[in-house]
Amino acid sequence: MKTLAFSAILSLTASAAFACETVTLGDLIIQNAWSRATIGAGRPGVLYLEITNKGSTDDALVGIATPAAGMPMLHETVVSNGVASMPHAMAVPVPAGQTVALAPGGYHGMLMDLTAALKEGETFPVTLMFQTAGEVTVTVDVLSMRAEGPDCADAGQ
Amino acid sequence: MRLTGMQKALWAAAGIAVLAYATLLRDAGPSPGFVAGAPFHPTFSLPDETGRLLSPSDFGGKHLLVFFGFTNCPDVCPTTLAEVAQVMDDLGPDAGKVQPLFISIDPERDRRLGLADFTAAFHPAIIGLAGDAAQTRAAADSFRIHFARENDATAPDGYTISHSPALYLIGPEGDWLRQFTYGTPASEILADLRSRL
Repeated sequence: MKTLAFSAILSLTASAAFACETVTLGDLIIQNAWSRATIGAGRPGVLYLEITNKGSTDDALVGIATPAAGMPMLHETVVSNGVASMPHAMAVPVPAGQTVALAPGGYHGMLMDLTAALKEGETFPVTLMFQTAGEVTVTVDVLSMRAEGPDCADAGQ
Repeated sequence: MRLTGMQKALWAAAGIAVLAYATLLRDAGPSPGFVAGAPFHPTFSLPDETGRLLSPSDFGGKHLLVFFGFTNCPDVCPTTLAEVAQVMDDLGPDAGKVQPLFISIDPERDRRLGLADFTAAFHPAIIGLAGDAAQTRAAADSFRIHFARENDATAPDGYTISHSPALYLIGPEGDWLRQFTYGTPASEILADLRSRL
């Protein structure tokens, strides 16, 4: 009985860790959305994902919203002359025919004023707002604080 | 004194070489690795979370892997600490010869948020150091690294901090060995450390 309950918990955890949902909005394909666990809610969380624009029209990610954070914003890490700074990005361009990644060391969502700590193995929804394609909500997998990339069987494909 | 054609050519070549070297030094910018001449011994005197004041000589001849950052930094700092954690795991039995240090450039807020919990979440070997403003500036100046508080109304508490994101390797005698620029893969850092230990 104990074993059964344990394996049930395990399978729930496993399915959460490998949700790695792919979402389509018109010509846009969004996948590999992930974040890092946080200690408490006092520090900002992060959001990474990939957007592929299969169409022939340029688009741009212009905003994000999530119940997980009071103040989510798009930022870009810029390393210039050996100094890293993190200006607010007004928009992340998603040119026609290209894949754009929000990834460590580049564009990322900064999730300020977290509602609660982000816990490894959990998920939370984020709504992405595009200039042309409109809005779509994706599920974000919360990975370990030490994660350096998405944890999907099909990551990078 | 009269110079032969050959002597003139040699002097000209020497002049060009000096100019080229000067240009190389200038273009190398603030990176401490290109300091000509004397050995470079960057130092610090900073308290850990328990208030114990630590400086490079307190680590018993270990190599020091030093990162300057702040815990409110969501992208660069966790990415680098994750790499450091991976390196420490992969060093195996040699891990005891390397001391990773996280020097806070946002010490007041980091002490309030809890520095030791943060570093331990990446790897228990990482020691977080957070001094006062003067101690922090002195450490950064000694390492010749840049950090600056930048007011940003949209950032938590109204500010963020730009900073040099590299990892610095200090030898057992306190001598500066090299830097690993931001984004250097853990495997590359590991291979470099292995070649020295």
